[in-house]
Amino acid sequence: MAGRRSYGAAAATISGAMTLEWDWGFALQTLPTLLRGLVFTLEATFYGSLLAFTLGLVWALARLAEVPVASQLIRLWVEFIRGTPLLIQLYFLFFIFPTYGVTLPALETGVIGLGLYYSAYASEVYRAGIEGVPRGQWEASLALGLPLHRVWGRIVLPQAMRFAIPVLGNFVISMFKESAILSTISVLELIGQANIIGAETARYVEPLTMAALIFLIISYPAARLLRLLEARTGAV
Amino acid sequence: MTDQVSRTLQDYLPLLFQGVPVTLEATLASITLVVIAGFVFGLGRSSKSPFLRWPVGLVVEVLRGSSAIAQLFWAFYVLPFFGVELSPFVAGVMVLGLNGGAYFSEVVRAAFAAVPKGQTEAAIALNLSSWFRLRRVILPQALPLMIPPFGNALIDMLKFTALLSLVTIQELAYRADAIRSVLAEAGPVYGITLLIYFAMALALSVMVQALERLVDRWAGRTHAGDSAKRRAASSVPRWAFRP
Amino acid sequence: MPSENGTPQPVNMPGDALMAMRDVTMRFGSRTVIDSLDLNVTAGEKLAIIGPSGSGKTTILRLAMGLERPTGGWIRIDGRYLWHVQRNEALVPAGDRQARRARRAVGMVFQQFNLFPHMTALQNVTEPLVHVLRMRRNEAHERANDLLSRVGLATHLEHRPAQLSGGQQQRVAIARSLALRPKLMLFDEVTSALDPELVGEVLNVIRDLAHTTSMAMMIVTHEITFAADIADRVIMFDQGRIVEEGEPKVVLREPQSQRTKQFLKAILER
Repeated sequence: MAGRRSYGAAAATISGAMTLEWDWGFALQTLPTLLRGLVFTLEATFYGSLLAFTLGLVWALARLAEVPVASQLIRLWVEFIRGTPLLIQLYFLFFIFPTYGVTLPALETGVIGLGLYYSAYASEVYRAGIEGVPRGQWEASLALGLPLHRVWGRIVLPQAMRFAIPVLGNFVISMFKESAILSTISVLELIGQANIIGAETARYVEPLTMAALIFLIISYPAARLLRLLEARTGAV
Repeated sequence: MTDQVSRTLQDYLPLLFQGVPVTLEATLASITLVVIAGFVFGLGRSSKSPFLRWPVGLVVEVLRGSSAIAQLFWAFYVLPFFGVELSPFVAGVMVLGLNGGAYFSEVVRAAFAAVPKGQTEAAIALNLSSWFRLRRVILPQALPLMIPPFGNALIDMLKFTALLSLVTIQELAYRADAIRSVLAEAGPVYGITLLIYFAMALALSVMVQALERLVDRWAGRTHAGDSAKRRAASSVPRWAFRP
Repeated sequence: MPSENGTPQPVNMPGDALMAMRDVTMRFGSRTVIDSLDLNVTAGEKLAIIGPSGSGKTTILRLAMGLERPTGGWIRIDGRYLWHVQRNEALVPAGDRQARRARRAVGMVFQQFNLFPHMTALQNVTEPLVHVLRMRRNEAHERANDLLSRVGLATHLEHRPAQLSGGQQQRVAIARSLALRPKLMLFDEVTSALDPELVGEVLNVIRDLAHTTSMAMMIVTHEITFAADIADRVIMFDQGRIVEEGEPKVVLREPQSQRTKQFLKAILER
């Protein structure tokens, strides 16, 4: 596991080598490896988002249904996940699974960790979106005699999504950036690869800077695009 | 077997708890920088002069756009090469503070923008000085809007301090991991650690609520309208879940 | 007369004009809201300005208050230029400091009241007294008390704006502006945002001010009968220009211009 200790050891070894020059050649050399890591980053983001947005809806509906005990428990659960660090949650999952005989590759564990964490946030967004649909919409649907699943599917959820989707979009971008945390459970995503290159070649400047740049190059346009779409659809 | 482990875990608990003050220190230091940076960036971006707006905007976008973790590693490993010798704690707090500040700047900007333009105009029409205008007219109306997001930012900082364990700072997460590697039993250690963080988060939330009440009183806001809003019934009807 | 590049040349001002606008033009982007306006208001004069929305009449008031800087021309209030200083024979553009000095003689009441929501009615009036006129607190309290009583709100001193009706809020706003003893008071459609039944109380206050003070007033309003009642002079403004100007009994009862006739007909037939 690329734990803290290897970072520390690497830091100790480099302290001697004072190279201030930026080696473009080396920087470009790191790209293929970094891009391989990027694939994992994107995978983690994609599947993590899928999990988060599905689970989040489940939590939200469970809370809105006001089931006597379950809803309160879910509320506590959501607050707990939002109130504790993702890092510890990941460690917990990563080390707990094997003891219960669950052998999952690190990436899958990471996806579950990310998905669970962001599902708590997503549930709040869904709740706000659904609560934001005016009571009148429900009442009008009742008056029209629409069956319940149609009320949800055709009337309420579409309106709730208008509010929720831009926020969830931002979550995807956040998840993309936060996926770097998976490097702590030995997933070879973007930052993980950068750190390995650094540890192996004793040159951290180029790979870390390139990795940071790659994050920027992807997330900034994505954020602008999202803002553009928000403005266009006139979402809240 | 588990009995043996719990006993040894109990021995290590004091060590674990010693991470709490470090975590709180880091949280406090970071959130202070977040607020300062948030105001500096936020006011810079609201400025009328493009020469101030664009550079600040660029800095904010870069800080927000790259991953906080990437920035953390970058500050820890790359800065020394540029001759910047910072202690891990200072470097870590700076990264968390600037990153958080970049996000908080949007809160600051939005809060100031939410104050109706007519307030500024009335203050100008009454020939009140711009200092008075800022301190007694605009700020009392903008500050209360910033408190709830500030509360969120504070909890976020608490959680982000766990990342500092990756750059050798011996706060709570670092110690949890160290104890875990000694005991080779992850569940209880991390479980207790999560509970400690949760307790801290709850305590901070309570404090933020108190802060909110304080600021509201300073800003002269009455609560009559707000509590009524909070107790409003859910817009989802009873029969929404019973087919 | 302005020179070619628009730099205003000083003109000998008639001795008794409290506010003068000379060749004032206001452009927002490509839109010309006010076009070469010449306007004088003498001390104590009550001037009513009527006209359709978007005609620029609110902008005239905002220019007189110094909230906007004209694209061309100059504005002079109580002997001081708003956005210029006189150097030798020429007018040189000046900044906010100069504007602040000139603004002292002007007060404004807004359509949206713009009371400070986090202060009580009393505080809304005392704060400008303390911080602009540098009055002592107890003096300011007395004066604020007087003013608020004058507009009929003696029993609402400790109320916050949220606890007051629109009409009451507007009256507080009037008291607040009066506190600084302006020589010229601007009223920007001050009853347009009010429930119909609250309009009267505000108009009564303004009427009272018109009859009992020597303040000059510029009133932008849709209340034609009110304008006829208190104005010394009425201006019909449309598309950035003065369409008609004169005594109320002429402009409002027997307008000369077709446009004025059209406008009044539409308004009075509501």
